[in-house]
Amino acid sequence: MTTQERAIRVLIAKPGLDGHDRGAKVVARALRDAGMEVIYTGIRQTPQMIAEAALQEDVDVVGLSILSGAHLELFPRVVEELKSRGVEDVLLFAGGIIPQDDIPRVNEIGFKGVFGPGTNTNDIIEFVRNNAPQRV
Amino acid sequence: MDAPDLIARLREGDRRALARSITHVEADTAIGREILAGIYPHTGRAITIGVTGSAGVGKSTMVAALAREQRRRGRTVGIVAVDPSSPFSNGAILGDRIRMQSLTSDGGVFMRSMASRGNLGGLSEMATGVVDLMDAAGFDVIILETVGAGQDEVEVATATSTTVLVTTPAGGDEIQSMKAGLMEIAQVMVVNKSDIAGADTAVMQLKALLAIAGPRSWEPPILKVVARDDQGLDALVDAIDRHQTHVRESEHAEAERRALVQSQIVALARASIERHTLATAREQGVLAGLVEEVAARTRDPRDAAEALVEAVRLHWGREAASR
Repeated sequence: MTTQERAIRVLIAKPGLDGHDRGAKVVARALRDAGMEVIYTGIRQTPQMIAEAALQEDVDVVGLSILSGAHLELFPRVVEELKSRGVEDVLLFAGGIIPQDDIPRVNEIGFKGVFGPGTNTNDIIEFVRNNAPQRV
Repeated sequence: MDAPDLIARLREGDRRALARSITHVEADTAIGREILAGIYPHTGRAITIGVTGSAGVGKSTMVAALAREQRRRGRTVGIVAVDPSSPFSNGAILGDRIRMQSLTSDGGVFMRSMASRGNLGGLSEMATGVVDLMDAAGFDVIILETVGAGQDEVEVATATSTTVLVTTPAGGDEIQSMKAGLMEIAQVMVVNKSDIAGADTAVMQLKALLAIAGPRSWEPPILKVVARDDQGLDALVDAIDRHQTHVRESEHAEAERRALVQSQIVALARASIERHTLATAREQGVLAGLVEEVAARTRDPRDAAEALVEAVRLHWGREAASR
């Protein structure tokens, strides 16, 4: 018997070397206010650290924020690290500075949503609610 | 994956199976219950440590330092960190991994963040279950970090066998205010941030409070630590180990273990009674009516509470009769 609707669990992480986490924090807070449990790991995370956190926390969703321009190097490695741990049923989304031309490639890597500057946080909440996998 | 599958895999140390099992236990699913029942005979091997204290005393930093010291001693470590849920949205930001950076790429460490789920109760139920899962998964040491206030804390203390209370030199007044409850459940006391002024005063205050509490079979040591710099951790882990030996070997050990198990059962039963009672009260629409009456001041809250319990009891009685 489940007594309440299970909260969606989201990992918000910043891969790579840029230290600008305002955007990540705004998104983390918006998701919290929408009733989700947000695990925030902080800045300068390696793909291994992100994948290991996603595994241990058994999150439904992983959101990555990146402003350094290294998304096409780092995102595929995050996906690889997740796969090598058997974590394949998570929803991935990205935010930060990702040029329009790169978005199709980022989608192809497995990031279903890409949210740039100026995004309304309600759009992110709606995206997560509509796409998060059913866990248990 | 079904329960037998998850049990087999988590007992082999499969991290993914452990993570998913925790999710089941947290969501209180049928599979989660089956797993807990299945693994219980395989628990009781780990050293289980609770770390508690008020907000800002450095619990997370302490847990990270404790885990590092345990790793230096060659022990694997499971960590459960509880952060508060928002009472408004039920959402939570779980930020303890930020302070555990040094441990996140260590294969001998497994960390899980949990939201307290506010006043919906069941924190001690969940925490006890998650500690058992990590125990069955073979971790040598399991550290449970909790939010640090109220009745829930005292119940959560039953999930672990050694409770470490963290205070700071700045917390003189705060030490005064927590004489009861937390003071009584702590087996090891730590004055963290001991590099700032007032550490010796804080130690003396704790000693004085313990003296009031009177003699008991285990005298809680009071230790000065600077968790941020890993200072005093060696002595802290030694003290925890001594308490664990005491728990396992003293002449009162069996009696104390029974007392702990009893409080565990009572805490779980209380949570279960609360959950079932409130669920029935809501289903039967009892609660809403009472709220109206109390809000209009035509009934007092105590009387309303009694009426709620009575209505639920009657409903269960009718249900039992119709079976």
